[in-house]
Amino acid sequence: MKYYAVKCDGGNIAVDDTILVKDILSCAGSKILSGFKPLFSAEAVTRLENKGYKISGKTHVGEFGLDLVGEFSFFAEKEHELKGAAAQLVSEGSVKAALGVDMNGSPRRAAALSNVDFLKPTYGTVSRYGVISCAASGEQIGVYAPCAKGIKEIMEIISGHDEKDGTSLKNEKYDYSIGDISGKKVCIIKELLENADDTEKKKVLSFADSLRAGGVEVEEISLDIFDVANTAWQILMTAETCNNVSRYDGVKYGHRAKQYKNIDELYVNSRTEGFNFLTKAVILYGSDVLSKNRYDDCYDKSLKVRRVIAEKFEKLMENYDAVLTPVCSKASYESYDIYDAFNKVFDESVFTSIANLIGIPALTTCGVQLLSKHFGESILLSLADCAERKGK
Amino acid sequence: MNYELVIGLETHVELSTESKIFCSCGGHSSPKEPNDCVCPACSGMPGMLPVMNKKVIELAVTAGLMLNCDINRYTTFDKKNYYYPDLPCAYQITQLNHPICTNGCVTLKTSSGNRDIRIKQIHMEEDAGKLVHGANVSYVDFNRTSVPLIEIVTQPDFRSAEEVVTYLNKLKSMFRSGGISECEEGAMRCDVNISVRPEGSEEFGVRTEIKNMSSFEAIDRAIRYEAQRHIDALEFETEELVQETRRFDDASGKTFAMRNKETEADYRYFPDANLMPIVISDEWLEKIKENKPEAVDEKAENYREAGISDKEIDMLISNNKISKLLDDIVLMGCKAKDAAAWILTDCAGILRKDGKTLNDLTITPHKLYSITKMVDSGEINRNAGKKILIAVIENDVDPIAFCKENGLDKKFDSSAIETVIDKVISENAQAVADFKNGKVKALQALFGACMKELKGAGDPAQIKVLLEEKLS
Repeated sequence: MKYYAVKCDGGNIAVDDTILVKDILSCAGSKILSGFKPLFSAEAVTRLENKGYKISGKTHVGEFGLDLVGEFSFFAEKEHELKGAAAQLVSEGSVKAALGVDMNGSPRRAAALSNVDFLKPTYGTVSRYGVISCAASGEQIGVYAPCAKGIKEIMEIISGHDEKDGTSLKNEKYDYSIGDISGKKVCIIKELLENADDTEKKKVLSFADSLRAGGVEVEEISLDIFDVANTAWQILMTAETCNNVSRYDGVKYGHRAKQYKNIDELYVNSRTEGFNFLTKAVILYGSDVLSKNRYDDCYDKSLKVRRVIAEKFEKLMENYDAVLTPVCSKASYESYDIYDAFNKVFDESVFTSIANLIGIPALTTCGVQLLSKHFGESILLSLADCAERKGK
Repeated sequence: MNYELVIGLETHVELSTESKIFCSCGGHSSPKEPNDCVCPACSGMPGMLPVMNKKVIELAVTAGLMLNCDINRYTTFDKKNYYYPDLPCAYQITQLNHPICTNGCVTLKTSSGNRDIRIKQIHMEEDAGKLVHGANVSYVDFNRTSVPLIEIVTQPDFRSAEEVVTYLNKLKSMFRSGGISECEEGAMRCDVNISVRPEGSEEFGVRTEIKNMSSFEAIDRAIRYEAQRHIDALEFETEELVQETRRFDDASGKTFAMRNKETEADYRYFPDANLMPIVISDEWLEKIKENKPEAVDEKAENYREAGISDKEIDMLISNNKISKLLDDIVLMGCKAKDAAAWILTDCAGILRKDGKTLNDLTITPHKLYSITKMVDSGEINRNAGKKILIAVIENDVDPIAFCKENGLDKKFDSSAIETVIDKVISENAQAVADFKNGKVKALQALFGACMKELKGAGDPAQIKVLLEEKLS
């Protein structure tokens, strides 16, 4: 199947394979989890089903969502286009919306390349119960939809406190209303603009024009925090991922190597066969930054950077309602070798990492990215809605 | 040369909570069959998140208060990474950077006087599962996975094996009386850090660590063996001491070095992002303090003052349920000394006949008190009280109703008793003659005959007086 790892009958909501649906194979695109059927559904899935939505199936994701847009799934056929399976299903109109896990920007990039919207909401607003977790401190379930209104509809259902997730915030309801944007202020980040090619730059500038036409004040500023934020997040993300995927050891479920003589070989052979090269690179990088000799300079420093960046962003938001940036460096990705994946993802994540690092909401719309402060989803959706209506 | 022993202890204690530390599976005492008590969370399945069990925090704080620790109002969890099949996530959730309690102190009464042992910290963590080895295959049992533990780490303040065992016994009775842990076999496990130095020296010697011992007797033997090994190494240069981890072999009574691989791991500790930092508010701390049982020493002293014997105090201190029953009926108005006799002698005796122990006692404080009250007020005699007690323990009857139904409360006026005494005297001419000839024992026989005639009712003191009057 082109987009689905598992297809269900009918259904109007697609779900990334990093999100559990009870009794349906859930493998996060990895051989190491082959054959794994969860005993329960993710909270977000249950909430949608309770409201009468139906799951259409599990869409391919790159192994554990670590790649650019889902190009390295163990289960996907190789002719698969580099646009993200769930994003394309939404783009084709075969589902109303889709759920994806944004851990390192992959769904935001996929949405941009497939020309749909994706919202990575504020950290703690959507339960992570039932997410095949990699980087607990920054991953969130988000929504792909054709437009801002579609995102609002799904977010209002899946967000709100869940006692099964210790990081879930206590609020029951959040604001996703789409309202008037005239008089709002948005800034464009010069440094991020320079990281993108001309097509992407043009998308940002024309999006800015649409906003201006809607009465929004847009200006370009210089703010040099995104490179540092990216490095910090890649350190935290790889460390947490390395730790979270260590439970996939061939002992309890998923792939177990056929050849082993003792427990060490069972671990090593199962994991060697079960993970792809990108995951292995992430594991090595992550265990290195957590090692005794490197912890203070890498992991601990990244935690400090996280606090500093959060303060700086908060300060920026005293003057602006949102930040406008590219979300990809170019309009399409060509096929590439998995041995280059780690560096490619690292570089490309300069646009997306800040949102994972400090937990702010980020919205992909019209091929660009909007960021705001915590719980600023309403302003992001309002800005997107304005530009989307102008585009039509 | 004389050597001084320097010992520090890390003690793991399983907490008596109803559920595990991060999921709702039953806690320590529930499982029967392997993997009976396991859910997706404690078996390490993807998608599950740990949710903190508040009771664990409260018990850890209570333990900290009992050991005079500072309670840290901001406490966090860390992940400790290592691979082992009994550890389903391949990491253990524990506390490294912000443990819940620090800086405590406990005073030991030893043969050489009072000794203060400083507590470095107490932290919370989850237990691992268990491997069961078959002939060609090993099995994993996750029942114990995520059972809550506290680890109590002391400073190197012990100077003898005796002090260590005294400390462990003290922890055990404290934690039992505080409802923190049942401290059953295997629920307390120790790692012992040990070194020796010439007496008077300030510097520490080379330290070895003996891992994972649970019997106090084994700990005592292990320390004695290891101390001698260190002294021999220093004194006779039998071997070169190296800092290492060792295990104690119970059969041979010796310690052996463990493979380096097992001991030199880098555990890659880092904060657990799934568990938010815990902040202990003033109100919460006050509530925990209010519910904290009195410290064992204080409690023992109170019992001693109330006239309870040392032997009885030991029984009470080590059994929280029984001491609570005693406290309850004392509070209702029973004398502490009498209460101790009723519970520790009478109840225990009745239960023993059925092959049971005080742990099986189910009598309510209210029922026990109504019996003691009837006896104290002279309404019935103690024998009648015991008869009622047997009926309550065996059939859970209502004491007052039972007493009435069986005529145990019948009050005898002097004339009724006199009639009985006259009857006994006329029927036991030989005994009466013996008594008059100076055989004191004969009086006892006559008294017994009166009591038998009265079927246990009546006031024994009164009967005795009347009997003596008649005979004189």
